[in-house]
Amino acid sequence: MTAIAESPLDLIAGRPPDLLAISVVLIGGEADMLRVRSTMRACAQQAGLGLTATTKVVTAGSELARNILRYASGGQGEARIEEATSGLKRGVRAVFTDHGPGIADLDLAMRSGFSTAGSLGVGLPGSRRLVDEFTIDSVPGQGTRVAICQWGR
Amino acid sequence: MEPTSVSEEIPIMRMGSDLLVTLQGDLGDQTVEALERDVTREVARTLARGILIDVSGLDVVDSFVARVLARLVRIVRLLGADAAIVGIRPAVAITLVELGASMSDVTTALNAEQGMARLRRMRAGGVRA
Repeated sequence: MTAIAESPLDLIAGRPPDLLAISVVLIGGEADMLRVRSTMRACAQQAGLGLTATTKVVTAGSELARNILRYASGGQGEARIEEATSGLKRGVRAVFTDHGPGIADLDLAMRSGFSTAGSLGVGLPGSRRLVDEFTIDSVPGQGTRVAICQWGR
Repeated sequence: MEPTSVSEEIPIMRMGSDLLVTLQGDLGDQTVEALERDVTREVARTLARGILIDVSGLDVVDSFVARVLARLVRIVRLLGADAAIVGIRPAVAITLVELGASMSDVTTALNAEQGMARLRRMRAGGVRA
């Protein structure tokens, strides 16, 4: 499941098109969480993000992947990770999707300290603080989609 | 001699009456929980007075790992030993604070050497320095 995205800017930069691929990591077990981390790290480094920005976005990705393992039905979902461009800015974008029970009260779930699983309750609100862009959509009974993006300077 | 390690990837070394655990690479949740169990057992078995957990080899510490490490420090204290987390990378420290998992009740030090000095001060002074 690899798609090639090309933009004129990327061609100017002289990068081979295969480095612009979207990586899809299917999340079904703990090893996949490590795969999400390493894929996001590689993508962030390729996009030229600094060490702190990279560490933040990889950590946010780790939290979101764990959420899928914990809360989605059967712990199944996927992460789509790709390099993002906007004008001259480069960054990393990751979209986490599951078809689990969804989140009944998003406002409550986004509040620090709220958890239905006895954890710290920092996963969602904490992830939002770590990245430049964060959007969450959830439909009870259908699933949850979280998109994050981190830009280089 | 019985090998003192959680697994081949996580060695537990004895330094006099203290233990030093060095974490490296990318840790999965199960590995971290196994580490917690094994370190607890090892502190009791060796009658260690203190333990340093060196995380300078970790480039990601997320909320789960932070929570288990903080819990491990509290467990070790309950056994009567002192514990400190050492070598948190600057980018990881910034990330943990923004994440809201800052481990504020945990003794920390910049590196293993300073951590060892801190453990000794704690023992000498009888306070959590």
